[in-house]
Amino acid sequence: MPEALSLLCRVSAHPESRCWALAWSPSGTLLASCGGDRTVRIWGRDGPGWSCRAVLADGHQRTVRRVAWSPCGHYLASASFDGTTCVWKRQENDFEVVATLEGHENEVKSVAWAPSGSLLATCSRDKSVWVWEVDDEEQEFECVSVLSAHTQDVKHVVWHPSQELLASASYDDTVRLYREDDDDWVCCATLEGHTSTVWAVAWERSGQRLVSCSDDRTLRVWERSESGSGTEHSWKCVCTLSGYHGRSIYDVAWCHLTGAVATACGDDAVRVFEEVAAVAPGDAVTFSLAAHVPRAHAQDANGVAWHPREPGLLASCGDDGDIAFWHYQRPEGL
Amino acid sequence: MVGPGAAPLENANPLIYRRSGERPVTAREEDDELPDAIDDREIFDLIRSINDPEHPLTLEELNVVEQVRVKVNDAESTVSVEFTPTIPHCSMATLIGLSIKVKLLRSLPDRFKLDVHITPGTHASEHAVNKQLADKERVAAALENSHLLEVVNQCLTARS
Repeated sequence: MPEALSLLCRVSAHPESRCWALAWSPSGTLLASCGGDRTVRIWGRDGPGWSCRAVLADGHQRTVRRVAWSPCGHYLASASFDGTTCVWKRQENDFEVVATLEGHENEVKSVAWAPSGSLLATCSRDKSVWVWEVDDEEQEFECVSVLSAHTQDVKHVVWHPSQELLASASYDDTVRLYREDDDDWVCCATLEGHTSTVWAVAWERSGQRLVSCSDDRTLRVWERSESGSGTEHSWKCVCTLSGYHGRSIYDVAWCHLTGAVATACGDDAVRVFEEVAAVAPGDAVTFSLAAHVPRAHAQDANGVAWHPREPGLLASCGDDGDIAFWHYQRPEGL
Repeated sequence: MVGPGAAPLENANPLIYRRSGERPVTAREEDDELPDAIDDREIFDLIRSINDPEHPLTLEELNVVEQVRVKVNDAESTVSVEFTPTIPHCSMATLIGLSIKVKLLRSLPDRFKLDVHITPGTHASEHAVNKQLADKERVAAALENSHLLEVVNQCLTARS
């Protein structure tokens, strides 16, 4: 099975530190990484390898936990333990801070852009999720809602691939969904089932399902249920993948090109799962392990990201400070 | 979290336990040709002299750490330590666990996976403290807090 995932290249991205997360630009020409060394680094293809195009070092005073590109690719947002989120404007390989979003009481854990590019979401250890409106012309950001549905540290936020529907994952073991309702933002669903911290969530391309990963060492796939009444969403867990991960699962990525699901785990491994096609309508949703690299990183794996244009190109990062680039080949017979 | 000197003491008269002797060095360990696996006693030696945040005593003297509650598997690169707070409502439990974790993070090779837990049944907030100590993101954020880091370093500084 290991041959399903082959190493293309490995770079020491945040030496003497840890690399927390990765994000591909929408066109896939650039990869952003961030880490405990307080920097964001921008990577571009260089022949068979990858080289650093820019180091964004003057934005944050503490660890940068996550990064996110705007859908147009002109902006990059970075969420930091210093309590702020920086928005960087890109001009070729030059990045300049155009806004610093302040307001969270302590560490900002994640940031995400809505598919329209007109909204930004951030979340924090202060238990809240903030929705910001983007004024593109003025490069201004205004907080339009503070959502306090979670009872603990919020770890991750991610927008639906085409709608203004937001998902958040928390230390309170739940995933919550939010939508706009009469000029205000409301929590419209709570997904309960994980028995420990939910570290990350990822949407399927259609937006009908999402997958969550947890400290409880399981993945759960959630589906929008037909039985939901009115405008309220009803979501149910349709599949739990347990027994595959040795420690906490820190990140999950659902490829919008191939449908493959990749995970980054505290047991140093990177794994890929594939959905098993149902034989008859109404059959249970099942996924099987398609690839497993036990020592993908020398320490915990923290992040995984599928390339948005090239099917099978996967990047991962870890506490060893490295970024690894992988080619995934779907095994035959799956 | 409170630092040392923040009176009154929570547990004014703790039981004090006898310290263990020096670890005997075996003939095998003196042979430089043979590989030395890290064992329970070595891990215990790293943590037994950590200072209690409240008393001028070590974690060993307060029986917070014991060698039998240290489990090492060198081949699988795992270390598990259970520690026993002196009283079930000890507000220092997270700080003590963090000090043990930091000591091991600084002393052991990066390949080791560290699990630091409260001895089952010995603390009222056992689950909450264990969850915090296991959350490496929160541990990383805590160690960027200069005040907290100073308190941890005090616990880790060997007394003369």
